[in-house]
Amino acid sequence: MSEERYIPRNDLNIETMQINLGPSHPTTHGIIQMDLQVAGEDIIEADVIIGYLHRGFEKMCEAHNWNQAVIYTDRLNYVSPLINNVGYHLAVEKLMDIEVPSRGQYVRMVLSEIMRICDHQTALAAAAMELGGFTPFLYLMKGRELWWELLERVVGARVTTSFTRIGGMVADLPDWFAAAAEDILLETANINREVHTLLTRNRIFIDRTRGVGYISPEDAISYGFTGPMLRSCGIEYDVRVAAPYLAYNDIDFEIPILTNCDVYDRFYIRLLEIDQSCRIIKQGLAKLPQGPVNHLDKNISLPPKSEVYGSIEGLMAHFKLLMNDNGVRPEAGEVYHAIEAANGELGYYLVSTGELCPHKCRVRPTCMPFTQALPQMIKQGMIADVVPCFGSINMIGGELDR
Amino acid sequence: MAVENPLGDAVITTKLDAFIGWARKWSMFPYPFVTACCGMEYMSASAARYDLDRFGAAWPRFTPRQADLLLVVGTINHKLSPVLKRVYDQMCDPRYVVAFGACTVSGGPYDNYAVVQGIDNIIPVDMYIPGCPPRPETVLDAVIKLQAKIQNSPQEM
Amino acid sequence: MSELLTIPLLQELFGETILESHAHRGDETVIIPPQSLEEVATRLQQDERLRFEFLMDLTAVDYLHLDRPKRFEVVYHFYSLTHNRRLRVKVRVDDGEPVPTLALLWKTADWFERETAEMYGIKFAGHPDPRPLLLYPEFKGYPLRKDYDQRASHPLVESRRKGESA
Repeated sequence: MSEERYIPRNDLNIETMQINLGPSHPTTHGIIQMDLQVAGEDIIEADVIIGYLHRGFEKMCEAHNWNQAVIYTDRLNYVSPLINNVGYHLAVEKLMDIEVPSRGQYVRMVLSEIMRICDHQTALAAAAMELGGFTPFLYLMKGRELWWELLERVVGARVTTSFTRIGGMVADLPDWFAAAAEDILLETANINREVHTLLTRNRIFIDRTRGVGYISPEDAISYGFTGPMLRSCGIEYDVRVAAPYLAYNDIDFEIPILTNCDVYDRFYIRLLEIDQSCRIIKQGLAKLPQGPVNHLDKNISLPPKSEVYGSIEGLMAHFKLLMNDNGVRPEAGEVYHAIEAANGELGYYLVSTGELCPHKCRVRPTCMPFTQALPQMIKQGMIADVVPCFGSINMIGGELDR
Repeated sequence: MAVENPLGDAVITTKLDAFIGWARKWSMFPYPFVTACCGMEYMSASAARYDLDRFGAAWPRFTPRQADLLLVVGTINHKLSPVLKRVYDQMCDPRYVVAFGACTVSGGPYDNYAVVQGIDNIIPVDMYIPGCPPRPETVLDAVIKLQAKIQNSPQEM
Repeated sequence: MSELLTIPLLQELFGETILESHAHRGDETVIIPPQSLEEVATRLQQDERLRFEFLMDLTAVDYLHLDRPKRFEVVYHFYSLTHNRRLRVKVRVDDGEPVPTLALLWKTADWFERETAEMYGIKFAGHPDPRPLLLYPEFKGYPLRKDYDQRASHPLVESRRKGESA
């Protein structure tokens, strides 16, 4: 924390006032309510109220079969839905003790990294806009749009992709994918450079974010921070390195670490991670192995739609996995599987009783610890500091409230 | 027409209703009540690539008192429903409500204890946008349809 | 992943307290009685050989009609940054039986416990702030219990004024 930073003391003994921020407030992209006790502009006490987007995720998953839960995992972190899907299906596959062929793993990894870029770009765009920088918002939105349009050509949907399945993917990547992705990678690097010039050395941006929202590394651990938030506190923890999944073992990339524990570092680390994700995508596409993307067992992987509509075997395989009382039934047991989502460790805790539906499908909300720590971050500041603080935690309502 | 028009094209005559409707439809001030996934597509629709500004509905007003178009973007659950009602009540007439996405139209995929099954249980809705989430083109289509609706309805003054 | 690292150590440290253990798909799991949860958790956090600094997740599972010793299991997932290991600790409780809170050891337990409490109706004894987290004051029932109807409809809350906020 910088030395000259103003610390509220309320030495004028101003009477405190209760101010309510949200649930619908321009700076709360997402629905959250903050109950602030302020003396003048200084925040003395803060409380955060969540739950305005509770949609019964777990209850819905328990009511659907193992394959159908994917539409709900899509809508958890709706800025990077594919990472959620990959995480869920990796957990199910761990529960069933199967592994996707290596091409499938690479495809999942590449798509996850694309989603990570989109997530970071959205987080930066929204935060920059709230701090008055409309130009970075437009640039970053353009960048995200390029990826989404690419994904749409592959997946058929822009946001809620539902692209992964138990044992693999809906489809393989098309031939032109690598070339198209290459172009967008160049464009992403350009946009990153532009955002650097607009934000990272921008006096206004630095003044509003440096030293703001400080949280000590010890507190960060106690709150259970993960992802960019933890790594901006100088703690090196990334699931991609600590417990490599998919094909991350074969890829050469770095984990950016910053040590100032403030809002500026949280934004900056996201920009650095976009560069690393670009590296991963580039390598992943170059190393993409040949072969099937889906697990070959017909009792696990869904047949491609062309077979379902075009052949009797395909239709029967489809029926055997989806109709009436048929479907995937993982052996009774429980697993917890964690992956590195854009915001941090995304863990799924699944319990199977050998039935068609999950007995329990719990997701560890990555942004819940950050939101919980928000009162501590803003308590030492002023009302204007709430905005960058809130932007930096990248709270995603669907995942926070489920 | 027998009416003489000595000023040529410099003057047009129209009905007052049509004129006010024309003015209103090109100056909608949306209040984005953004809650969930649909917000991502709202961001896309309002950013440069799809550009909601072409229809006069670009600049969001974050106070319901200055807005006349309430965009309910995303799932509304029971905890949030009194907030939405209150925002709507604060808006001045004439006001229009757009239900943006499947959740606001019918509860969408969330048929359960937590989610309000369609925001028309809480407030009246002028335009429903289907999709989960709707594509930006769908949003633009809805805005155009809403403009036609505004143009063709009797105007209160 | 087949090699067990943490369970033997815990058995050596706590002996009879470890009621059961398993490592299904490599996830090391121990089950302990609720009254020794605080002691075990403190050791997990502070013992040099364990050092589980992170409480990654906390939830519960309802085993209604499934012939288990007790109805609920409260599930804790720990992660050790020092040793790069994970551990799952489970506590079995019946309806109405309290579980000691871990909110004083890990700040993150505060919200996780609030959520588990409102979703399953499990009491966390000594919790510093036992308000509902995701639901609202008018809400009746515990939605994630197995006997709770998924489609249960609730009356709309008309308005909420100052002082009534959730």
